[in-house]
Amino acid sequence: MAVRTPTGSPSGRALGLGAAAALLLLVGCCTVGLSMELQGTVSLEGRLFPQASAYQGQEDYDASLVLEPELYWEGEGGLSCSLKPFLRLDTSDPERSHSDLREANLLYGADSWQLLFGLDKVFWGVTEFVHLVDIVNQTDLVESPDQEEKLGQPMLALSLEQEWGTLEAYLLPLFRERTFPGSRGRLRGPLVIDSGAAEYESGAGRTHPDLALRYSHTLGNLDLGLYQFFGTSREPLFLPSAGQEEELIPFYSQISQTGLDLQLVEGQWLWKLEALQRSGQGPGRGAVACGFEYTWVRPWQLDLDLGFIAEYVRDQRRLADDSPYDNDLMLGMRLGLNDAQGSELLLGMVQDLAQPSCFMVLEAGQRLGESLHLSLSGYLFVRTAEQDPLRFYQQDSYLLFKGSYYF
Amino acid sequence: MKRSLMLLLLLALMPVSPLQALAETPEEQGHAIAVEADRRSSGFGDCTADTVMILRNREGQENRRQLRSRVLEQEDDGDKSLTLFDSPGDVRGTILLTFSHKRGDDDQWLFLPALKRVKRISAANKSGAFMGSEFAFEDLGSRELEKYGHRYLGSESLDGRECFVLEQIPLDSKNSGYSRIISWLDTTTYRLIREEYFDQKQRLLKTLFCREYQQYLGFLWKAHRLEMVNHQNGKETDLLFANYRFQVGLTDRDFRKNRLKNLRTGGGR
Repeated sequence: MAVRTPTGSPSGRALGLGAAAALLLLVGCCTVGLSMELQGTVSLEGRLFPQASAYQGQEDYDASLVLEPELYWEGEGGLSCSLKPFLRLDTSDPERSHSDLREANLLYGADSWQLLFGLDKVFWGVTEFVHLVDIVNQTDLVESPDQEEKLGQPMLALSLEQEWGTLEAYLLPLFRERTFPGSRGRLRGPLVIDSGAAEYESGAGRTHPDLALRYSHTLGNLDLGLYQFFGTSREPLFLPSAGQEEELIPFYSQISQTGLDLQLVEGQWLWKLEALQRSGQGPGRGAVACGFEYTWVRPWQLDLDLGFIAEYVRDQRRLADDSPYDNDLMLGMRLGLNDAQGSELLLGMVQDLAQPSCFMVLEAGQRLGESLHLSLSGYLFVRTAEQDPLRFYQQDSYLLFKGSYYF
Repeated sequence: MKRSLMLLLLLALMPVSPLQALAETPEEQGHAIAVEADRRSSGFGDCTADTVMILRNREGQENRRQLRSRVLEQEDDGDKSLTLFDSPGDVRGTILLTFSHKRGDDDQWLFLPALKRVKRISAANKSGAFMGSEFAFEDLGSRELEKYGHRYLGSESLDGRECFVLEQIPLDSKNSGYSRIISWLDTTTYRLIREEYFDQKQRLLKTLFCREYQQYLGFLWKAHRLEMVNHQNGKETDLLFANYRFQVGLTDRDFRKNRLKNLRTGGGR
C-alpha cells in the first residue's frame, strides 16, 4: 500500500518551506501597501467508471472537492506576487487527495526583461492532443490522464525581450515527482507505483539543478520556439520494487533535450509542429507531432463555430509503459455555440496506426449564470492492443461531472 | 496616403460645403468622409477603459460580462489591443491580444489562464459573435479604411442632427458577415450616431446606436454606450464604457505575447 500524506514526503517539506517563504514575502508586500486581490474556484466532481475494475481494490466511482484560491498582489514599479494553492479531497483514492502550490512567486518586470522567483507554471507547445515539448512542470497525473494538470515548479526565471526575439533562462533547483494513482485508484496498471520511493540517476536526487534555455519569436504569421533542457527527465522509467512485489518504483534519468515548436497561421488554418530530440534515457530518442486546426466560422450562416483538428504523433522514445503515443493519428472536432452560456463541445479520437488501439475523449461545458460552470467529460477506451500501455486502462472508461463556482 | 493628405489640406482651405465642391463621385465623397472620421478618432496615443457588456435575450433576460481593454496606436499600421476578461467566472483571466493590420489578416492570440498557454488563433474571419453577444469581432476591432469601399449616399436629419449617410462595403466579402454597412455620421463632429448592418443576403441584420458621447483630450469624442439590436433573432447587447483614460504611457511591451501570462485581470494599468 502506498499511502502517504502529501506533506510527509521530503519534497512536500521543501514545498512547505517554500510556501512559508512565499507567505512571508506576500505578507511583506502587503504591509508595504501593495493592492491585494483574492479570487478562486471551488469545484465538486464525480467520476463514474461503468465497467468492473481490472485490479483488486479499485473503486467504481469517486467524488472530489477541489479548492483553488488565488491571491495576487501588485505594487508600483513592476513588482507583483502571486500565490495559488491547490487542494483536492477525494473519497476513494488517498493518493488523489493531495495539495500543491501551483504558484507562489515574486515577479519583477522591467522594460525589456523580467525576473521571476518561486513556484510557477510554464507551458511550451502548440498541438492540442499531446504536449511533447512541454517540459518545465511535472505532470500531476492523479488529476487527469490527459497530462494537462501540472505541479508548481520552483524556479528562478529570467526573460529578455529584444527586437530579435525573447530569450528565457530557467534555473530549476528542485525536482517535482510525478503523481500516480494509488491502489484504490483507477487509470493505473496492475502494479501500484510508489511515487515517494523514486530513485534518481543523479546523486543529487531531486535537488539536481536543472537548466533550460529558450528562444521564441513571432515573424509575421509564424510563431516559433526553440529550447535546450539539461536535467532530470519529467517522465520516469519504472523499476521493480525490492521490498514490495506489487509495486513499481519510478526512476528519473538525467537527460538533455532539444525542443522545437512552430505554428503558422494562414487564413482560417493553423499549421503546427512540435519536435524533440532527447539523449540520456536509452535508445530511440526523437519525437514529432504535427497537424492542423481549421476553424469554420458561422457555417451555413448559423451562429456557431466549428473547429476541426487533425494531428499525427510519432514518438521513438521508449519510456517504459508510459507514453501511449508512439505512432498515432488524432482527430478532433470542436463546436462552440456562441451563445450567452458559452456552450462548447469537444470530441476527439486517437487511433494507433501500428496496432489496434483506439480511444475517444469527450468534453462538454456550459455556463450557468455568471459564477457557475457545469461540464461533462469522459474517456472511452474502445479497444487496446496487447503491447499498448493503454491496455491497463481497458476497463477504465469514465464519465466526469464537474460543477465549479467562481468567487 | 499622399492623396488623402492633399485632400485634407484642400478641405481645410475650403470655406463652404467642401465635400460637394471637391469630390465628384459619391465614392470619392464617401472616402473623404471616412478619412476625416478616421482622422478625428485617432491621434490619442494609447487608451484604457472598463467595459460592461449586457446581453439581453428575446424574453428580456440579462447576462453581464465585465471586460477591460487597452489600446495602443501604431505609426503605420492598425492598433494593438488587449481585452482582459473579468467575468463571467469561467473565462476570468482570459486575454485576447490583437494586432490589427491595414493590409492582410490581423494577428490574434488568446491567453488561457488554466493552462497558462498563449494560443495563436486565426483572425481572418471576424464574422463570429464576440462572447455570445450581438457584436461580431468585426464590429469591435479598429475599422481600417483600406478594408472597405465607401460611398456617400446623401445627408439626412437624425433626431434633429444633420448626418452624412455613408455606405461601407467590406472588400474581403468572404470573411465578413456583412454585404454592406450604412453609417450615419454627425456632419459637424463626424461622430457615429447609428449604423445598420446587412447580411450576405442583403437583409437588415442589426442596428447599432451610439449614445452618451463625451469629449477627451480636447478633440476626441467617445460614445459611452453602444446598443446593438439584432432584428433577426430579437436579441440585444449593450456595451457600457467607463473610466476612459488616455495617454497613460502604454508601450509595445505591454502588448507582447509573452507578457500575457503576467497580466492580471485585477491589477495592471
